[in-house]
Amino acid sequence: MSSNGTGSPKMMRGAKLVALYVLAIAIALALSALLIAVTGGPWRKVFTALIDGSVRKPGRWGDTLAESAPLLIVALGAIISTRAGLVNIGQEGQLAVGAATATYVATQSSGPFVLVLALLGGVVGGAVWAGIAALLKYWRKVPEVISTLLLVFIASQGTGYLLTRTFLLLDDDPNKPNRVQTSAQLDADTRIGFIRIFGNAFPWSVVLAVVLAVVVSVLLSRSTWGFRLTVLGRNPRTAQRIGVPVVLAGASALMLSGAFAGLAGATMLAAGTANYRYTPGFANNVGWEGLLVALVARNRPLACIPVALVFGALRTGSGFLAATGVERSIVDVVRSLLVLALLVPPAIVAIQRRRVSPPPAPVSTDEPVVAVAR
Amino acid sequence: MIGMIGMMGVVLASAASAVGDVLTSEAMYQSAMRFAIVLGFAAVGEWIAERAGTLNISIEAMMIGGAYSSAVAWGAFDNVPIALAIGVVAGVVVSLVQAHLSHQLSIDQFVVGLTLNLFVLGLALFLDSRWEAVTSVVKPTKVPLLHDIPLVGEALFGQPWPMYLIVPIVPLAWWLVFRTRWGLEIRSVGDNPQSADVSGIHVNRRRREAIMVAGACAGLGGGVLVLGQISIAGYEAGHVGLKGIIAIAAVIFGGWTLRGTLIGCVLFGYFFALQQTLPVLGYRINAQLAASLPYIVALLVTAVFATRTRQPRALAQPFVRGLT
Repeated sequence: MSSNGTGSPKMMRGAKLVALYVLAIAIALALSALLIAVTGGPWRKVFTALIDGSVRKPGRWGDTLAESAPLLIVALGAIISTRAGLVNIGQEGQLAVGAATATYVATQSSGPFVLVLALLGGVVGGAVWAGIAALLKYWRKVPEVISTLLLVFIASQGTGYLLTRTFLLLDDDPNKPNRVQTSAQLDADTRIGFIRIFGNAFPWSVVLAVVLAVVVSVLLSRSTWGFRLTVLGRNPRTAQRIGVPVVLAGASALMLSGAFAGLAGATMLAAGTANYRYTPGFANNVGWEGLLVALVARNRPLACIPVALVFGALRTGSGFLAATGVERSIVDVVRSLLVLALLVPPAIVAIQRRRVSPPPAPVSTDEPVVAVAR
Repeated sequence: MIGMIGMMGVVLASAASAVGDVLTSEAMYQSAMRFAIVLGFAAVGEWIAERAGTLNISIEAMMIGGAYSSAVAWGAFDNVPIALAIGVVAGVVVSLVQAHLSHQLSIDQFVVGLTLNLFVLGLALFLDSRWEAVTSVVKPTKVPLLHDIPLVGEALFGQPWPMYLIVPIVPLAWWLVFRTRWGLEIRSVGDNPQSADVSGIHVNRRRREAIMVAGACAGLGGGVLVLGQISIAGYEAGHVGLKGIIAIAAVIFGGWTLRGTLIGCVLFGYFFALQQTLPVLGYRINAQLAASLPYIVALLVTAVFATRTRQPRALAQPFVRGLT
């Protein structure tokens, strides 16, 4: 990238980037503290509670791992569609549809492979929901930004409808614990097993998520498929010229990202979020937060792992806020402030680099491509 | 085009079984008009931002900011103009963040927009738990004689006065975009930023200004939403409920023309009103279907109209000199 060979400007940039990141995080946290203080809350206690709830108290880091897994899976899906130049921001809806499908499969079928079938059901549900947006994009040129977002709302209402009919999802057990409309509970043998270490327990889906992160990372950087997606994302015209089937590759990337969100929903269900039932509001912002994980990790699959852990920690930590008397929703503010702050440093560095070294001459997209094609 | 829209409206209306009752219901017209006007503020702003080349999804955040701030300001000052003005300020503040992150630091506009939507929603939710915004509703202003017209009289001439702010805003927006130097530059920046740049227009500055105009309009829309709606007192989280996104759908529906955008607002307003009015008229309609109807219609309508119209050529494409 750097034209003048020596490593020192690059290192300077790296150091500056790190410094800017530290500064940005500090500003975001300071603003959060200020906000809590202004509204009359004890900001010191809030941060202590967040740390207590996420790692320090016994058994909490296992919960944090469990919360992080679906965030990571959603983020991986988001990376795939972003790589193809598509803006899928409907993970929240795809996750809900995936979880609802998984619930239906798990409660209606029996046999030794119900768990696998349920997870597959989640994958299919999410993919189909994203597929609607893909269809509208490539058939009718509807921007996927709008359609995926509208589908989030339709998904939450639609899965809510499924919970009003016993032949769909509603639990028909007359001895239900309460009158809230929920699905039947998953049987014990269709649940994801837990790993227990040092008094902490987390489901196998955590391992699955990390494995998926590695697989996605390798496939995106090392496979033909990954290369095609990258070209498609950078320049669709070039992609077409080198023989990438634009519609097929784009639509499958969008559906795959939906499939990841659906899988995340299915693992949440089978790992005991909401007590192994599908409930109204099941997705509970995991789709949005998973998407933010991908944004903060700047679309690198492996970088998503630590970011997902931090976001998962904010989720578990927020459970301990009740004692401080500060609303849980402060966590939403802290998280999005962090995200906003973390977006800025790379942008500043990129702009300065552009100022220091003149940009490359505009590359004509036609000639070099013809050469490649030959 | 108009014929198409008319046909579309007829088809959609006949989908509901209660066409006759709905069309003769005064409350229906009144409610639809109110939703249409609230959407209209945001849609006019969004239309300007999109003509300048930004697909501004944080219009939602700007509306939420305007709605919450207006509600709090009402509670504090008990004065409608001040409350609306503070709503506008809040919308502009959100738009400043969006504009500078996406069109100065060149961060992806959707990334910024999405994060802002979540941020402002969370912030309003949090602040609302501390300073609960209790408002009452502005009394309808009845234009003498005219509001006695059967059916549509109440809808057109019996609204709370902030609703009528849409009347000067629409021609003002048209004049701004089509009859001023600034508007010409806005349109050129949205269609061909490279040429605009070469002819000496500061592309990203114009785009930032367009986003700020959108922020002011959407903030006002949010304020009108909380102060003008009947049967809702105070700000509630989820109150804005993706109306900003529906406003974007209205712009797409309208083919990036002002007139079409406003027709889109009326159409979507009708479906929002249907959800409120059908139960009152005694029809039982599935609650989930009724709630998602405007969103389903928005999806279908954009699917029909997105291909047939000419969008600003550089819509949603960032401009960095020398790179594009």
